[in-house]
Amino acid sequence: MAQNIIYMDNGDTSRIDDETLEYMNHFYTNSYGNPVSLHSLGMEADENLAEARRIIAGTINAEPEEIIFTSGATESNNMAINGIAEYLKNKGNHILISSVEHSSVKAVAHRLKNDGYKIDEIIVDSEGFIDIEDFISKIKVTTILVSVIYANYEIGTIQNIEEIGSICRERNIIFHTDAAQAYGKIKIDVKKENIDLMTFNAHKNHGPKGVGALYIRKGIKLRKLMEGGAHEFNLRPGTENIPALMGFARSAEIAQRDFEANNKILISLRDKLTDGLLKIDHVTFNGPKGTNISKRLPHNVDITFHYIEGEAILMHLSLRGICVSSGSACSSKTLEPSHILTAIGLKHEQAHGSIRFTLSKFNTEEEIDEVIKNVTEVVQILRSMSSFVPEEHSELISKNAKTFYKNKKAGE
Amino acid sequence: MALKYTDKTIDHFTKPRNLGTIEHADAEATEGSPACGDMVNYTLKINPDTLIIEDIKFRSYGCASNIATASIATEMVMGKHIDEVKNMGTTQAASELGGLPPVKMHCSVLAINGIKAAIREYEKKIGRILDEKRVITEKSLFNILKNVINPKHGVNLVDNGNILRVKIDGQDIFIVIGLEPDEEMYAANINEEVMEHLEAMKCSHEIMVKIESKTGNFI
Repeated sequence: MAQNIIYMDNGDTSRIDDETLEYMNHFYTNSYGNPVSLHSLGMEADENLAEARRIIAGTINAEPEEIIFTSGATESNNMAINGIAEYLKNKGNHILISSVEHSSVKAVAHRLKNDGYKIDEIIVDSEGFIDIEDFISKIKVTTILVSVIYANYEIGTIQNIEEIGSICRERNIIFHTDAAQAYGKIKIDVKKENIDLMTFNAHKNHGPKGVGALYIRKGIKLRKLMEGGAHEFNLRPGTENIPALMGFARSAEIAQRDFEANNKILISLRDKLTDGLLKIDHVTFNGPKGTNISKRLPHNVDITFHYIEGEAILMHLSLRGICVSSGSACSSKTLEPSHILTAIGLKHEQAHGSIRFTLSKFNTEEEIDEVIKNVTEVVQILRSMSSFVPEEHSELISKNAKTFYKNKKAGE
Repeated sequence: MALKYTDKTIDHFTKPRNLGTIEHADAEATEGSPACGDMVNYTLKINPDTLIIEDIKFRSYGCASNIATASIATEMVMGKHIDEVKNMGTTQAASELGGLPPVKMHCSVLAINGIKAAIREYEKKIGRILDEKRVITEKSLFNILKNVINPKHGVNLVDNGNILRVKIDGQDIFIVIGLEPDEEMYAANINEEVMEHLEAMKCSHEIMVKIESKTGNFI
């Protein structure tokens, strides 16, 4: 099945590198000890763990003891927000997040309202960039934590993290950033960018699923989420997942080694896909564009196809072997349109028609051509039956209805 | 596929039946809205002597199950007497497709109610029913709330036990909805759906909907 699939949903998760998978095997079948054990296998595992930590720290210019391994970005975000809120509850109760956070930041922060915390959201502009004036105006004396996503998972906006970090540092406010999408796609330097806490993971960069990390700058204290053993500097209990951590480290090394080459390929594929899709009538390119395109993730394309609904586009493409995602309400678990798209000012019906394509180094030019061709056909089919095409564009209905009946490819 | 659609649903989605618009239709209705992400339009040809639906076509803006339920609904009502269609249950389109995921059950309600709305307009037009002067009672409110599906379970809010209180106090309507922790993620959706259905009554009442967590947490 897999060889017929064109996978363009790498913002959700990615295929593991064969090299990484093979490397991990060794730690399941040969070097499978627990780092806490005192025997030889345990000592070996302990050395492996230290090696993984050293490698991961090196990729973001951190020190090894500043890296806490977790089960992934969701846990890291939960740990950062809840951990800081709890630890600093006597200092203040105000937390600032952006309006375009992942739910593992947004929902966690809002849930803290039950415990008396005040949450404010920083607004963004039409391309998803933080409004710095709004940000500064919302800082209070009681603000203990600011959390802003490094690069947006839906529309690819890369924030000016260094500036946001320095605004926080000057005011002695802790700054957390969720870099789940950015890590491996952008060169990150936690020291230069004034980052206090940073979430990142492995599986979006061809590493294993179920493993991630939280960078915690030396000197920053937080309350741990779970009780148990004294693993991970007594911040995160539970036997370390050594094979996954080794895979995380290997995938991070590969991403670093091939960084320039991969980025060049991704940007070229992204721009080819964007150009092809923007040739379709009545579409909007969501997120940074034009002179801001350099502040967009290299692998992200997000487009609204007007007058039709995203889940139907997604299902048609899926039946044709193409995997993408949508910001429509009908494809979301909560039945609400993407809050990212409404935050940048899209109306609900514009958010419903959005499709996100996230590329990887495994995609090819031929696949891009294939996707452009199929999306163009599917959009035409759905518009031909849409009850939402305005009067002035009625040609979309009548003209295409005929094409649709003749060309029943969709059901194959 | 993550969404478990039946083969029949996929079939109706990719090869919709009775697609289009009937020119000079006897009855027409559009239900839903683009903002909600689903909107279906029906046009019908009805025999004035026999009251049999002789033809029906649809257009749809919506997800795969929205298109599929509208498509199968047109097949289900074709050749039927309008009274028979009026008595159809709102989940019948879903059953006919071999079931829908709970989160998609509302599509079936929209598909069936769209046809019923067209029939109601037709009956008004021919004078078979009088222009409704709706008297709002607690019972009628419950009937309206039966059209709102709890996406977690695919069952309407009333039968799912989510309606904690309904009260009419002069010009004010109060509705209190309670959600279990695993239903709380749908709070915004349920609120929108309830408001949409109540506002469709076009009454002059002030409507207040409160959504509570059954565990007492903030939603």
